[in-house]
Amino acid sequence: MSAPTHSPVTEPLPRPSGLVGFAADWASDQRTFKNVSWGKAMMWIFLLSDTFIFGCFLVAYMSARMSTAVPWPNPSEVFALHIGGSDVPLILIAIMTFVLISSSGTMAMAVNYGYRRDRRKTAALMLLTALFGATFVGMQAFEWTKLISEGVRPWGNPWGAAQFGSTFFMITGFHGTHVTIGVIFLLIIARKVWRGDFETGKRGFFTSRKGQYEIVEITGLYWHFVDLVWVFIFAFFYLW
Amino acid sequence: MVDIRSGTDGALEHAEVEDVELYHPHSWWTRYVFSQDAKIIAVQYASTAIAIGMVALVLSWLMRLQLGYPGAFAFIDAERYYQFITMHGMIMVIYLLTALFLGGFGNYLIPLMLGARDMVFPYANMLSYWIYLLAVLVLAASFFAPGGPTGAGWTLYPPQAVLSGTPGGKDWGILLMLSSLILFIIGFTMGGLNYVVTVLQGRARGMTLMRMPLTIWGIFTATVMALLAFPALFVACVMMMFDRVLGTSFFMPAIVEMGEQLQHGGGSPILFQHLFWFFGHPEVYIVALPAFGIVSDLISTHARKNIFGYRMMVWAIVIIGALSFVVWAHHMYVSGMNPYFGFFFATTTLIIAVPTALKVYNWVLTLWRGDIHLTLPMLFALAFIVTFVNGGLTGLFLGNVVVDVPLSDTMFVVAHFHMVMGVAPILVIFGAIYHWYPKVTGRMLNEAMGQLHFWITFVGAYLIFFPMHYLGLIGVPRRYYEMGETAFMPASAHTLNEFITIAALIVGAAQIVFLFNLVWCIRHGRDAGGNPWRATTLEWQTPETPPRHGNWKELPVVYRWAYDYSVPGAPEDFIPQNQPGPDNLTREAAT
Repeated sequence: MSAPTHSPVTEPLPRPSGLVGFAADWASDQRTFKNVSWGKAMMWIFLLSDTFIFGCFLVAYMSARMSTAVPWPNPSEVFALHIGGSDVPLILIAIMTFVLISSSGTMAMAVNYGYRRDRRKTAALMLLTALFGATFVGMQAFEWTKLISEGVRPWGNPWGAAQFGSTFFMITGFHGTHVTIGVIFLLIIARKVWRGDFETGKRGFFTSRKGQYEIVEITGLYWHFVDLVWVFIFAFFYLW
Repeated sequence: MVDIRSGTDGALEHAEVEDVELYHPHSWWTRYVFSQDAKIIAVQYASTAIAIGMVALVLSWLMRLQLGYPGAFAFIDAERYYQFITMHGMIMVIYLLTALFLGGFGNYLIPLMLGARDMVFPYANMLSYWIYLLAVLVLAASFFAPGGPTGAGWTLYPPQAVLSGTPGGKDWGILLMLSSLILFIIGFTMGGLNYVVTVLQGRARGMTLMRMPLTIWGIFTATVMALLAFPALFVACVMMMFDRVLGTSFFMPAIVEMGEQLQHGGGSPILFQHLFWFFGHPEVYIVALPAFGIVSDLISTHARKNIFGYRMMVWAIVIIGALSFVVWAHHMYVSGMNPYFGFFFATTTLIIAVPTALKVYNWVLTLWRGDIHLTLPMLFALAFIVTFVNGGLTGLFLGNVVVDVPLSDTMFVVAHFHMVMGVAPILVIFGAIYHWYPKVTGRMLNEAMGQLHFWITFVGAYLIFFPMHYLGLIGVPRRYYEMGETAFMPASAHTLNEFITIAALIVGAAQIVFLFNLVWCIRHGRDAGGNPWRATTLEWQTPETPPRHGNWKELPVVYRWAYDYSVPGAPEDFIPQNQPGPDNLTREAAT
């Protein structure tokens, strides 16, 4: 390599692909993840950290459930709804899961329209996603109310191990909080999209930085993560 | 070797990210108080950490007074003693060491050393500090709460932590402690994400990962670890809070308290220990890795020699970080576990000695035939190496199950971890402050006061902690309020305790000299100039000292690694990282 000079080249150089490209990116200057913005990188790393939180919650739950000396309440009876004269097991959870997974679909469409700069459709789809999310939280509130009226408390329940109630309220509560925060963010971003903040370059109230359409995708990352976590909670809590 | 990419004409590739637009403060408040400048945030973090650290220092004095002169001080009763122990431990590990290394040095050095204008998200960075401050205030508030702070020991083991036999267990103490930890973790996450993303995505042109100073490697790896380890503590705190407030039984087995059967039942105290130590062991390295990194740079700069085996040093940091996640149960040998697990955790623990020893050899080999300047940072760096080797060697005893079981919960353990993760990292913090103070303030710290501080601290730390090994070996237990007349303890053990107490009082007092030096030299220190140590790294190449908001006029371009000291044929004995030059004038290929 000859002596480098200060003059910048104008065209970005082509980057190798595959494993060589992976190594080249990690060995390169400036950015390790090429074409990944700061915001997106930050969200990914945050989600990794959050994964560990949910992982610890779920491992603690599994350890409690596996080591309990008294019977664990049967989920398909506890989470059944009495509809039309018979108990339908897990029906509410099935609907909740369907709603939340649908919301991931509308979120993905919102991201797509966001990159096409289609303000109306993006905002509408984000609002729809938020509506699904709010529905999910609403149904969760219904489920909590039902269980509480049947005598389930964090410190005990009529059917067996006290840890059933404690882990249930803690884990679904923590997940529900995530969904609620997601809904709030969706509403804020949808308002910004609707108003056209990302076209006019309006600055953020707190950060005084210009927003970009990419924030729709970053919100989407968070939303899909919350959705994915629900799949694990669903599998480990309701199906086990 | 794939390195920075150049065009066919040898020109550097263009900047991939356009220059960021910084937030420009409009008033004194947004400039110096609610500042979004990482350098100001760093000073805020460091000042807060040192302030609460002084509280921990006083607490250690009080503990030593009780141990050296049992019963002589009426206000130190058994409850207070346990409260002092708990608060001393928690403050030192979390609120001083973690916050100072990552929030203090991380904030100051990451953008400057990488040639960035600031952290990538200055607003979140600012929030990080204010939440940290809130966490510290909540913690300090527990001193004034009814029942005082918690006395559960810094490990907060349930069930005793939330029972009435423990100070603060049924009062506010444990609640404030758990709230404060939860706040700390939230605040840290905001800062930590910033540090990681800045290192990964915010470097200057020419700054490859393998050209970063080891300081940044240490802070970066420690931050990644913290982002993965703190969640376990967060979960443990939330669950214990529920046990205490809602009456759940996550960690509470069926238990009788004061002759009364409690409502709890079926919980597992061991589960808490696993969660706590899944955080707690990486935490040791969250504190140690930044110290490793910083000390590498101090040694290289003040011995005017490139660090020996740079690449191996980087990989050792990364490997230590990864290994530290699979050793946590070595803190739980006496809690009881399947012998195969004990075997596994003892093996992984001892494997950590390999990359760690590699680092020690490389530090020594960097010094070998170097042009060693016995400046204050260098003295502290040398003291660190010695102390770290000492503490590390006793770790070999405690890592083995059969040796650990008799030594566990004796003063030997206290001596071990104070040497390896108390004194050693704090020596690095002192060295680093003497090293970077001139950049932060533009003035040198006073040499005479520094020498006094160093020798008392270094020698004194050994007078305090070396005898503790002996006390531990004869079986003196730790965390005991008073020993009384015990057959196995000779009278000399009490004399030794008295001696340790006197040494501790003197070493603690020497820190006042240090604090005075810090404050006094802001105005009266000798003018430092931009690069008093003639160092290569970017933070010394800023156009102004102290660096202004935004750090640089024009963003620097990096042409070489951080360790071009005493390059044969170069006009000076150091070549700054941003100095272009012919390729034969570098030692970068030396690794």
